[in-house]
Amino acid sequence: MPSNAESRSATHYVAPIEETPLQAVDQVNEDEKTRSTWTDAWDSMRRRRTFWISSVLILLVLVVAIFPGLFTHVDPRAADLEFSNEGPTSGHPLGFTRQGNDVYARVIWGAQNSIIVGLVATVLVSLVGIVIGALAGFYGGWLDTVVSRIADIFFSIPTILGAIVIMSVIPARNAITVALVLSAFAWPQIARIMRGAVLSAKQSDYVTASAALGVGRFTTLVRHVIPNALAPVIVVATVSLGTFIVAEATLSFLGIGLPDSALSWGLDIGRAQTSIRTNPATIFWPSAALSITVLAFLLLGDVVRDALDPKARARR
Amino acid sequence: MLWYLGKRLLQLIPVFFGATFLIYFMVFSLPGDPIAALFGDRQPSPQVIEQLRQQYNLDKPFIVQYMLWIGGVFRGDLGVTYSGLPVSQQLAQAFPITARLAILSLVFEAVAGIVVGVIAGLKKGKWFDATALVVSLLLISVPTFVVGFILQYVFGIQLDLFRVTVSGDAPWSELVLPAIVLATVSFAYIVRLTRASVAENMSADFVRTATAKGLPRRRVVGVHIFRNSLIPVVTYLGVDIGNLMVGAVVTEGIFNINGVGGTVFRAVKLGEGPTVVSFVAVMVIIFMLANLLVDLLYAVQDPRIRYAK
Repeated sequence: MPSNAESRSATHYVAPIEETPLQAVDQVNEDEKTRSTWTDAWDSMRRRRTFWISSVLILLVLVVAIFPGLFTHVDPRAADLEFSNEGPTSGHPLGFTRQGNDVYARVIWGAQNSIIVGLVATVLVSLVGIVIGALAGFYGGWLDTVVSRIADIFFSIPTILGAIVIMSVIPARNAITVALVLSAFAWPQIARIMRGAVLSAKQSDYVTASAALGVGRFTTLVRHVIPNALAPVIVVATVSLGTFIVAEATLSFLGIGLPDSALSWGLDIGRAQTSIRTNPATIFWPSAALSITVLAFLLLGDVVRDALDPKARARR
Repeated sequence: MLWYLGKRLLQLIPVFFGATFLIYFMVFSLPGDPIAALFGDRQPSPQVIEQLRQQYNLDKPFIVQYMLWIGGVFRGDLGVTYSGLPVSQQLAQAFPITARLAILSLVFEAVAGIVVGVIAGLKKGKWFDATALVVSLLLISVPTFVVGFILQYVFGIQLDLFRVTVSGDAPWSELVLPAIVLATVSFAYIVRLTRASVAENMSADFVRTATAKGLPRRRVVGVHIFRNSLIPVVTYLGVDIGNLMVGAVVTEGIFNINGVGGTVFRAVKLGEGPTVVSFVAVMVIIFMLANLLVDLLYAVQDPRIRYAK
């Protein structure tokens, strides 16, 4: 009944809107530099104490790894059984191992291999993962199917388990082969993340715009899609640098990572196992160095994630 | 749901063959002669080598070797170790020990992790929360074998509460310490996961509604927050079954436990190809099934996954 509806009509009050004058809309501030995800992320990271703590730690470990000679003049391989398991003396602040090696010198020189394995494996995994994930996600079709199935197979073998199997049969064991073997099993994780990020970036307006402007498919992928899909990969790569260092130490500890002659925290911890009752300090120092290094990369990963993921930033 | 389960099981088949082939390929075709490894420094006669090569199918093309092996696996025949013991028998002895170790670890990390995580999440920003966050981060960054040594030293040697190594049949009481070591990293992850989940749910609309309609805080926390916060934790526990299998290699090695991990640890050191292949294959299968379980749990929770084509 229309008459009834009319009689029920009520007056609506609408709050007055302060309209922005058209002039103000046009006055876009064009002087200020454009803000990208990266500048935003940098601003967010810069303000956090954790970022500076982890960066300083990582820098310190890097300097120790590159110039170990600056920190110790003692030969880490010089062994004198006369000093076996002896405590700290002048010039040897952390005492001696069972074989009579200087613990401090070995901790300093051990950084090198950890950093090499961590960096090489992370770079390799990121490169392979980004390329494969981006191609699979962007072109789709049979390429995506084949790549995803192969990734599934590698993904179903846990990295450490696969590495244990290969390292036990491989003849040449050094930092590079350890990094190669670890990357062989770790790339699917990055590839999957990259594929997902590319899939969602592909839907964006700027990709349509780029196609409309006549830019080629491949150029669009390289210039627009990949840079916009990198954020999650960078987060995972930072954290995985720490996990690769742990993996190297674990393999060396098991006796199938670096060869016995190498200087590695994992090897030293494994060797000190026999002196755990008599001289726990020999196990403590390499363990502490290893843990602090890994902690630094994990902390940095946390900060980077918060900076690159606006949702995480809001949640904090 | 059944349709989804079927689809996921079908997807598992190529992955299973691919993964086992990859492992088999890695162990048996990379440089190094398993027969030579069997004899160590001694030089066996050509006839003996020939006979052994036939016995272990090493004279046949590689792909045939794999087919013979995988055929045997389906018949329950996992081959014979170089010392003449059937691998299946070795597995039957080792598996229950690792299963018990993994169960203890799961219980420990679930109970302790959820309790600490819930308290930290409810008191977000307070000292308990801050401590829990720092400790969990430390536990994640200290490698398992280091945690193993520390606990071995403190509880096994200094306080003399536990045995440092585990005896052959691994009674439950001796598995407590190794289980805690195995669980540390996952415990830390569960604390962080639960904390984040609880903290997020605290400000959820349904919690505000529950408080607004006058429910006591006990009920709001115990039913509304707690249950909803557990969803990601339960799925994490599923993934973790697979992780524990891998962690067992190191933990069982340290504590000298005769489980699946410990056997792989020793077989790797001795170059026992058949044992490594079969045990790792079993671990990969468990890992795959754990991942399947998690996917199913997701599907139960989220109907969008089940119906997605």
